[in-house]
Amino acid sequence: MAEVPATDPLEVLRQATTARVALGRAGQGLPTAPMLAFQLAHARARDAVHAVLDTEALRVALEGEVIVVESAAPDRATYLADPDLGRRLAEGTAALPCGDHDLAVVVGDGLSATAVQAHVPAVVAALRLRLAGWTIAPVVVARQARVALGDSIGEALGAKAVVVLIGERPGLSAADSLGAYITWDPKPGRRDSERNCVSNIRWPGGLAPDQAADKIAWLLTEARRMGMTGVALKDRETPGSFLPPG
Amino acid sequence: MYAQDLAGTHYAFRDLKALLAAATPFRSGDQLAGVAAQSAEQRVAARYVLADLPLKTFLEDLVVPYETDEVTRLIVDSHDRAAFAPIAHLTVGAFREWLLANETDGEALRAIAPGVTPEMAAAVCKLMRNQDLIAMARKISVTSAFRTTLGLPRRLSVRLQPNHATDDPRGVAASILDGLLMGCGDAVIGVNPATDNVETARTLLDLIDELRQRLDIPTQSCVLTHVTNTMELIELGAPVDLTFQSIAGTEAANRGFGVDLALLREAHDATLALGRNPLGDNVMYFETGQGSALSGGAHHGVDQQTLEARAYAVARPFRPLLVNTVVGFIGPEYLYDGKQITRAGLEDHFCGKLMGLPMGVDVCYTNHAAADQDDMDDLLTLLGVAGVNFVMGVPGADDVMLNYQSTSFHDALYVREVLGLKPAPEFEAWLSGIGLLDSAGRVAQVGQSREAQRRLLAHLADG
Repeated sequence: MAEVPATDPLEVLRQATTARVALGRAGQGLPTAPMLAFQLAHARARDAVHAVLDTEALRVALEGEVIVVESAAPDRATYLADPDLGRRLAEGTAALPCGDHDLAVVVGDGLSATAVQAHVPAVVAALRLRLAGWTIAPVVVARQARVALGDSIGEALGAKAVVVLIGERPGLSAADSLGAYITWDPKPGRRDSERNCVSNIRWPGGLAPDQAADKIAWLLTEARRMGMTGVALKDRETPGSFLPPG
Repeated sequence: MYAQDLAGTHYAFRDLKALLAAATPFRSGDQLAGVAAQSAEQRVAARYVLADLPLKTFLEDLVVPYETDEVTRLIVDSHDRAAFAPIAHLTVGAFREWLLANETDGEALRAIAPGVTPEMAAAVCKLMRNQDLIAMARKISVTSAFRTTLGLPRRLSVRLQPNHATDDPRGVAASILDGLLMGCGDAVIGVNPATDNVETARTLLDLIDELRQRLDIPTQSCVLTHVTNTMELIELGAPVDLTFQSIAGTEAANRGFGVDLALLREAHDATLALGRNPLGDNVMYFETGQGSALSGGAHHGVDQQTLEARAYAVARPFRPLLVNTVVGFIGPEYLYDGKQITRAGLEDHFCGKLMGLPMGVDVCYTNHAAADQDDMDDLLTLLGVAGVNFVMGVPGADDVMLNYQSTSFHDALYVREVLGLKPAPEFEAWLSGIGLLDSAGRVAQVGQSREAQRRLLAHLADG
């Protein structure tokens, strides 16, 4: 396999991005080494889709009360084939504690339990720091979950807003990317255009937990001010604005 | 009621949308919606019924009600009776044969396009094999222009898609330069931002526009953000070339995207008024994809392929520069595997072209679908033969922000090579002028184009 010359002028591209730039060429095609690297990454991503969320490890890592629930999808294969099941709670789910909560935090495995396991505890901790004045319901951890599952959970908890932290579908460079979906006045039937999203939360390589928490806290504060989320709420947050003083 | 007897079995379909759905090649999304055929034989029975159905039926029997859906009203109210006249006497089955006939040339197909409703396109599509979809689409040339002319015969353009996980300008610039060095970017340099932050979109637009002007690249730029963001960017005086929006085939699905026809009209007029388009008046970039209406709970019991064709009816009045069906992005619940993705890509390209739209295809899949790069090679090659206007160019086929696999700059070079296709003429001249083509007209290897390389990479060194 061809070696990349030490003085490769395209090295400057590789330094600037994690995208697969400056791969070289064999004719019009890929050299063998980057072709195999791609296949390895795809194999890992396929494996991540089928990873199982370790709710006990999460319970330990998330300080405070944690409630574990299941969606209506009984297993991964059904979850992949029928997204609606992942948007509803399983029949027979125990009643969630309804209260006067400003915010519900829902953690869902989504398409990458790997991402949830790796980044959720840090994001939740960073978010708590930035939302000192908010009453936050017990964190709900949901298996076989889609984003809209947060609507019924948020409503059941009596929360004014819900933030759903969920594993995004794995890419090749990032099998551990987390998304945060913020919905004001959560209830079943909310449309995607009524949510705001912060994506690519992972570190290193994406948004660090502190940066992500800044964005989420900014969006939540704006949502409370405007009484809505979605396309009407434009993201104009400037970095660092939500770190508490000191 | 539509019905067919096959060897003693009576097959009845309660209405037109049930018939269309049953006639559709199997895919997971129709199964999920509960509209797929109950058996393989029922599917063929539906095709027999469909083949005998007069095309005129689709003007009278509407799959989504006129009263409650503005997309249906658009389809009905803007139907061009004069353009429809040459095919008005045909059944769907005869329409298929008319389309394939040697006498039916590109000019005839261009003439009937305004008379073809999405439901007619979808219906004839369901009777076609993959080779029909390819052979038919190949006859239709739909051109559009901004700073490059797209869709000319024997040309294949590439949207350079330089996404970055955190919208880092330097990272985005690196992917753009990598793509330019590989001869890609003639359809558009279009970046999907990681957030919908208006200031970030402005930064990215400024970055691409400055690069374009400094290197004198004949292409157009786009930040693929919500239409209301782009309208705000226009008001801020940002260098907006194209307005982007995802669209779907029903009013309710479009509402799920936060748009309606009036908003699209407003955005189109504001973009056109900027007057940044020297070669043509095509200033819109639309993205679509089978399954989006069902995903938004807005499918009215209509199959996903018919709804996709209705999205092209939404695009048509705006004379877009680019319509891109992001075929495998939505996931296995709509298109389960490589076979279904391949079929859908060919269907979308055919239906869009038949309706007169400048179709590109994001040949792609996600990691939860049963597909891999071999499936993408197949579909890319088939679409190259079918005459697709443009495909995506993503570094190494790996979109590090959207987390899916598309086609790469290498893939574009491959398909141009094996099929003898060239970039858009203005862009090809630029590549040649800057020294990026070798003596055989291929994009030069890195070592053969040192001066061009130095000029491009200097941009990154400068910041």
